[in-house]
Amino acid sequence: MGSLFRSEEMALCQLFLQSEAAYACVSELGELGLVQFRDLNPDVNAFQRKFVSEVRRCDEMERKLRYLEKEIKKDGIPMLDTGENPEAPQPREMIDLEATFEKLENELREVNHNAEALKRNFLELTELKHILRKTQVFFDETEQQMGTAVASQMADPNREDEQVTLLGEEGLRAGGQALKLGYSARLLNWGSKILKKSESKFEPEKVGNYYFRFVAGVILRERIPAFERMLWRACRGNVFLRQAEIETPLEDPSTGDQVHKSVFIIFFQGDQLKSRVRKICEGFRATLYPCPEAPSQRREMAMGVMTRIEDLNTVLGQTQDHRHRVLVAAAKNIKNWFIKVVKIKAIYHTLNLFNLDVTQKCLIAECWVPLLDIETIQLALRRGTERSGSSVPPILNRMDTFEDPPTYNRTNKFTGAFQNLVDAYGIASYREINPTPYTIISFPFLFAVMFGDLGHGCLMFLFAGFLVLREKPLAAKKTDNEVWNIFFAGRYIILLMGLFSMYTGFIYNDIFSKSLNLFGSHWHTNYNESTVLSNKDLQINPSLSSDYDQVPYPVGLDPVWQLALNKIVFLNAYKMKISIIIGVLHMLSGVSLSLYNYRYFKDRLSIYCDFIPQVIFLVFLFFYMVLLMFIKWVSYGPQNDFANSPACAPSILITFINMVLFKDAVALANCDTVYMFAGQGALQKFLVIVALLCVPIMLLAKPIYIMRQQKEKHVQLVNGHATTENGDAEGAGRVVQQPPPPPAGGHDENEIGELFIHQGIHTIEYVLGSVSHTASYLRLWALSLAHAQLSEVLWSMVMTKGLILNSWIGGVWLWFVFGFWAILTVGILVLMEGLSAFLHTLRLHWVEFQSKFYKGLGYAFAPFSFEVILNTASTAVEE
Amino acid sequence: MGAAALPVLIFTGFWGVVGIVLPFIIPKGPDRGVQQLVLMMTAATCYLFWLCCYMAQMNPLVGPKLNQHTILIMAREWGNLIQ
Repeated sequence: MGSLFRSEEMALCQLFLQSEAAYACVSELGELGLVQFRDLNPDVNAFQRKFVSEVRRCDEMERKLRYLEKEIKKDGIPMLDTGENPEAPQPREMIDLEATFEKLENELREVNHNAEALKRNFLELTELKHILRKTQVFFDETEQQMGTAVASQMADPNREDEQVTLLGEEGLRAGGQALKLGYSARLLNWGSKILKKSESKFEPEKVGNYYFRFVAGVILRERIPAFERMLWRACRGNVFLRQAEIETPLEDPSTGDQVHKSVFIIFFQGDQLKSRVRKICEGFRATLYPCPEAPSQRREMAMGVMTRIEDLNTVLGQTQDHRHRVLVAAAKNIKNWFIKVVKIKAIYHTLNLFNLDVTQKCLIAECWVPLLDIETIQLALRRGTERSGSSVPPILNRMDTFEDPPTYNRTNKFTGAFQNLVDAYGIASYREINPTPYTIISFPFLFAVMFGDLGHGCLMFLFAGFLVLREKPLAAKKTDNEVWNIFFAGRYIILLMGLFSMYTGFIYNDIFSKSLNLFGSHWHTNYNESTVLSNKDLQINPSLSSDYDQVPYPVGLDPVWQLALNKIVFLNAYKMKISIIIGVLHMLSGVSLSLYNYRYFKDRLSIYCDFIPQVIFLVFLFFYMVLLMFIKWVSYGPQNDFANSPACAPSILITFINMVLFKDAVALANCDTVYMFAGQGALQKFLVIVALLCVPIMLLAKPIYIMRQQKEKHVQLVNGHATTENGDAEGAGRVVQQPPPPPAGGHDENEIGELFIHQGIHTIEYVLGSVSHTASYLRLWALSLAHAQLSEVLWSMVMTKGLILNSWIGGVWLWFVFGFWAILTVGILVLMEGLSAFLHTLRLHWVEFQSKFYKGLGYAFAPFSFEVILNTASTAVEE
Repeated sequence: MGAAALPVLIFTGFWGVVGIVLPFIIPKGPDRGVQQLVLMMTAATCYLFWLCCYMAQMNPLVGPKLNQHTILIMAREWGNLIQ
């Protein structure tokens, strides 16, 4: 067995594991991925389970690894993914792992901390450098204004006090053009203090009537306008602000962003203003730096700053190097570590599901296993025991249960995609027949009936072929592009859909809406020139052997139909018929599959009361209609006598409607009869009556039979009871009154009522369904026609436009037109039409096909498997 | 009945081999059943599709109606010159 036709047989097993061996055994089972554990302590809170602390430790390790991963990604170091799958480490190795991660994390945090501090330092120094440089410009302006005399005075480094002459308030207000400033400030002894952001303290010197002071600092560029306005308003225009932009963006050490900043310098008078200015600066998060006013000191300071910056640069470089080394070392192992930690965590999670026995020596687990794999599982358990060094072997015990086992279909990469299509509707009930094997072919086939075009099918086939051939490298390259993943997962479906579309396209003789004339058309034109020229269009007469070969084109449609004006008339008749033929056969196969279900579950009653009437109903009405189609194709030839000529061919649909309504149609003029063969009228009446008789059988037979059986049982039961009662009662007296079991009886009645209702619904669904489902298959015709028409329209509206120009310009023009046509072909005809045909096919399978036999009430087998857990973990990380 | 023997025989034979003979000679393996089913269903569906197309054309009820330009081009390209 072990095939896809039914889900695997499952067994509920009890597993006794030695406490020491439990971890290793579960690890082996996780690698195997064939065991689904049941939670034996569902009422125990997640925090009160036995291995909570281990799970927490794993969580902590995961957090550290994620931190490491984030840092590695930040530096853009490639993470080595060898694709190897390390086994879950022993529990004692967990401590080593923990220690390693702890060390790494601490080291990294420390490095980061240091780097941040250094960067902040660096930023401050850079800002100071800029301040010194920019303020120099301001001061230089001043010097020019003040003339050489003052300049020589200012150049004197020994002078602490400067004479200040203010040319006038107007000058200041005008933007400092005619400004002459003097200032007095006391220098700070700078050095380490600079780095502590110590604010400059200016001791005012009295110069004439004015105290002049200034502060210099750096502020974010976008804050400047607001800052300026605020200063102006708060100080009533009594301060003077100069600012200059720092051209190079600076890095913000805390966030790592690049920010643009500006240097500013504010001149003001008096203590009050000073405190105000300070506060405003603080409010706008401006950093203030001390700035000596004497040029020589500034120069000296600038030089000091430069050397410090250089020193810092070397230190920073070394820190970065160190960080890089640490991260590169971690990047080599991080994937491995992740796998290990995820595995440990999964194992402890599973152990948490187990029960501890009374002696605390042993863990008890309950699990679902596929019956076929019990050997493999026992082998894995033995391996686990050996690895842990325990002497007592684990015990695997089969248990009897009334519970429904999970549904497990063993699929491979090819069948898995189709199984997913079926599972999307509903997981099969346990051991129910699985539609997947039938879907593998019927799905692409029905798709292709709608999508039939050799060219479009070929494009689809080539795309899927590319995916299949480059399967391994593409699968290894995990992306979170959802559309791509869907295409990739369905590559085998697309491959088959493409192949079948090529075949149906070949039969439809349709390649990008053009036909191939491989075997030579069997229709010929034998007109003389005058006939052709005098008639706008001509219809070839099929009854003439010179015009039509009297045998059809060997493979597919005759290419002449692609050119014919009445193509649609012909195609409609043909495609409608094949839709019904395919549909009825598809439904019949669905009903037939239900027979396998009934036989497997030994439900003879359903075979007689459901299956047989259902088949009769479908065959006598709808399959008969299919037969009529074939008869019509065969018997009404163009060269026959008039009664059997096309003119007398009855419409199948009208015939069918009359048949169901028991109406005798009137024969067409000059035709003998409306029937295709002798005795058709009587046969049809018989078929309809039998089919209609099947309806009450479907509706009533099963519930009545069950009701009778229960009554019989009941009678027997009562009789049996009565005799024993009598026997007993002889001695015991008549005290004990046997209470009649009304609840049981009522229950039975309820059940019977339910049964009637259920059967009623089922029957109505089937009978009405046969009609509506048959009609539903006409979508095959509609979509196929729409597809063919759309591609023809695209050709005539776009491609022919590219063929109208001559000379080389025509070639260039055609190149563009072809590009446009190709884009529309792929985008609309292949992708959108393909999607729509896919959805319609899906519906035909889910509703029309599976409703005939498929319950889909099961639940999926979810084995404990590292592979699955790791896959979900990796996708979760990527999200 | 307007059918030629050759295409019917060839197609019936071809899909018959695919659907009936090949399933017997598939090597044994765990997926043999599915492989057999796939072959049989492929043969059945493809044969049915070809057959329907062939039979639908066996006795044409109408002939193709052609535009005069089409007739002229057909006569030139498919080698049945107009007198």
